[in-house]
Amino acid sequence: MDIFNPIIQVLDSTIRLSVPLLLACLAGLYSERAGIFDIGLEGKMLVGAFAGAAAASVFHSALIGLGMAILISVAFALVHGFASITHRGNQIVSGVAINFVAAGSTIILGQAWFQQGGRTPALQPGERFEAIIWPGADAARDVPVIGPIYAELISGHSILVYFAFAMVPFTWWVLFRTRFGLRLRAVGENPAAVDTAGISVAWLRYRALICTGILTGVAGAYLSMVQNGGFVKDMTAGKGYIALAALIFAKWKPVNAMFACLLFGFLDAASIRLQGTPLPIVGKVSVQFMQALPYVLTVILLAGFIGKAIPPRAGGVPYVKER
Amino acid sequence: MSTPYAKLPAWADYGLIPLINLSVAFIVAGFVVMLVGENPFRAAVILVEGAFGKGTGIAFTLFYATTFIFTGLSVAVAAHCGLFNIGTEGQAYIAGLGIAIVCLSFDSTLPWWLTFPLAIVASALVGALWALIPAYLQARRGSHIVITTIMFNFIAASIMVYLLVGPLKPAGSQAPQTRNFLAGAELPKLNWIIELFGAKIRSAPLNVCFLLALVMAFLVWLLIWRTRLGYEMRTYGHSPKAARYAGISETRIIITAMMISGALAGMMALNPVMGDQHNVAIDFVSGAGFVGIAVALMGRLHPVGIVLAAILFGMLYQGGAELAFEMPAISRDMIVIIQGLVILFAGALEHMFRPYIQALFASFSPKSVGMQAVTGKGA
Repeated sequence: MDIFNPIIQVLDSTIRLSVPLLLACLAGLYSERAGIFDIGLEGKMLVGAFAGAAAASVFHSALIGLGMAILISVAFALVHGFASITHRGNQIVSGVAINFVAAGSTIILGQAWFQQGGRTPALQPGERFEAIIWPGADAARDVPVIGPIYAELISGHSILVYFAFAMVPFTWWVLFRTRFGLRLRAVGENPAAVDTAGISVAWLRYRALICTGILTGVAGAYLSMVQNGGFVKDMTAGKGYIALAALIFAKWKPVNAMFACLLFGFLDAASIRLQGTPLPIVGKVSVQFMQALPYVLTVILLAGFIGKAIPPRAGGVPYVKER
Repeated sequence: MSTPYAKLPAWADYGLIPLINLSVAFIVAGFVVMLVGENPFRAAVILVEGAFGKGTGIAFTLFYATTFIFTGLSVAVAAHCGLFNIGTEGQAYIAGLGIAIVCLSFDSTLPWWLTFPLAIVASALVGALWALIPAYLQARRGSHIVITTIMFNFIAASIMVYLLVGPLKPAGSQAPQTRNFLAGAELPKLNWIIELFGAKIRSAPLNVCFLLALVMAFLVWLLIWRTRLGYEMRTYGHSPKAARYAGISETRIIITAMMISGALAGMMALNPVMGDQHNVAIDFVSGAGFVGIAVALMGRLHPVGIVLAAILFGMLYQGGAELAFEMPAISRDMIVIIQGLVILFAGALEHMFRPYIQALFASFSPKSVGMQAVTGKGA
């Protein structure tokens, strides 16, 4: 049993660390499937995290915080839409801009409003989402093997964690079993065909971006209101980019996205766990190596050595109606 | 893709529209200043005075501008070839390794004017090599260069952190950086040029890299508009299909453009490393690569525009430091917002005001905007 408990602990932190990745990754899935590249996931998560923690601590309500996180994140998504759909600007340039505005404004506004060096006040109980203990979790803890799995892995997470994993089948259902999903995928592959069918390409893409904004908002709220108990500047720390990598790794499919995020979350959890401890065969693994691994894996995948990642065909191209 | 926008006179295209976009970016930034409870006009005055009021301020402004000229040129060279090199940051960071190797090996034996050329070559080479893999993957495997260069930024950061907390750190030191360079790897300052004009400078890091940056700006102009290679790059950037039809090798042109871009990004590292800090420290690039995107877009990808835009951003950096001192509510992160807004309005939304300006021009003289060609199409 000496090896079993550490494994459970690593898997538990894997789940915790992959939730923001998963939410952001699914967020990116909606927009990229609709033909809008979004490297602004990072920025939208960041403003979501800030708005969530700020509103929760001012209004003393976790729900208001979550609502505000979603609202602000959607607003940023709409700016991206305004630039890249309405004005046919370069989607990557617009995403970069959003990341900068987010990084700067969260620090400036945080400092001006709370005077704690860019932090928001530490959230009190009731202002953050608490862990939900499932019935019988404490009683089951002593049962060998299944007990710890039930008590640690399945029970004891906040509502947002369950929401994130529920979004995986839901996203699959939306994309592959609803009319909206069919059109959304079509607009990412061949917008002209969608236009010919009399459906507005722009409105469809805007709706996809609103979905993106909602999910990045929840991802941000998770970071500042579940994982951390307050906003810290630059707290996304590249998670938006890892989510983007996971999206490519998952070849733009929801269920794959979950596994990719769990894999990247596991690498993160393992690197924290293994800090300084030598492994049996390879010896001491440096933290930096583990941190770089998701990026290296994605590059190798992109190079076509692990299957081929084919993006939606109309991705990154603004749609111009024939005149 | 056909562009539905009609032509404007050149001065409006290269002067008026960027100016309007820039003004809008600054107006929005002004609103942010108001939101934190400060007066935007007073902020602007402090900013400009901080950057140009004293000799020291000017020297610092030009020091920052040097960095941004390199990264702006880097982004622009790739952009002329239709490639978005978002990896300038990583290429510059990893180039610090090349400089470290040269400086740590030769700083005790060679004078600066021998170390400097070696370091230029090393930084350019390392930067170019770091851009080579994403370029190759784009050219041969079709992997999107934006994604791969983002990944390479993170990989570069991991490698540099690993080296700087491990092998490159002198024994017994706690700080994650190399040992300080000796005199043989310290670049001479250029402050005396500003002092010629009678201004006093206490201590500022403006150094010979500024001249190197200007030379590079000229060479980039020469490359893009006066050589066959530059013509091929612009052709490919304009229409990959046309380039292929004209027999331009896609692989060769993408790899060449990205390696030049990476080399320019790498040279950026010379300025802070050899000109100012005299060591390679963690995160010494600190976002300058991303500023390059804003600079290149604002400068309309032309070296002259880039030098001007770089000086403007140098002014924001130097003036921003003064501003943070005078107005505690505004930290230097204000610049990050301005940078984002400039990228948004001068880059992603660059065509937002064009239809209105076009309509305005058309009402004065229809001929100047070629109205015959587009009449009634609602462009």
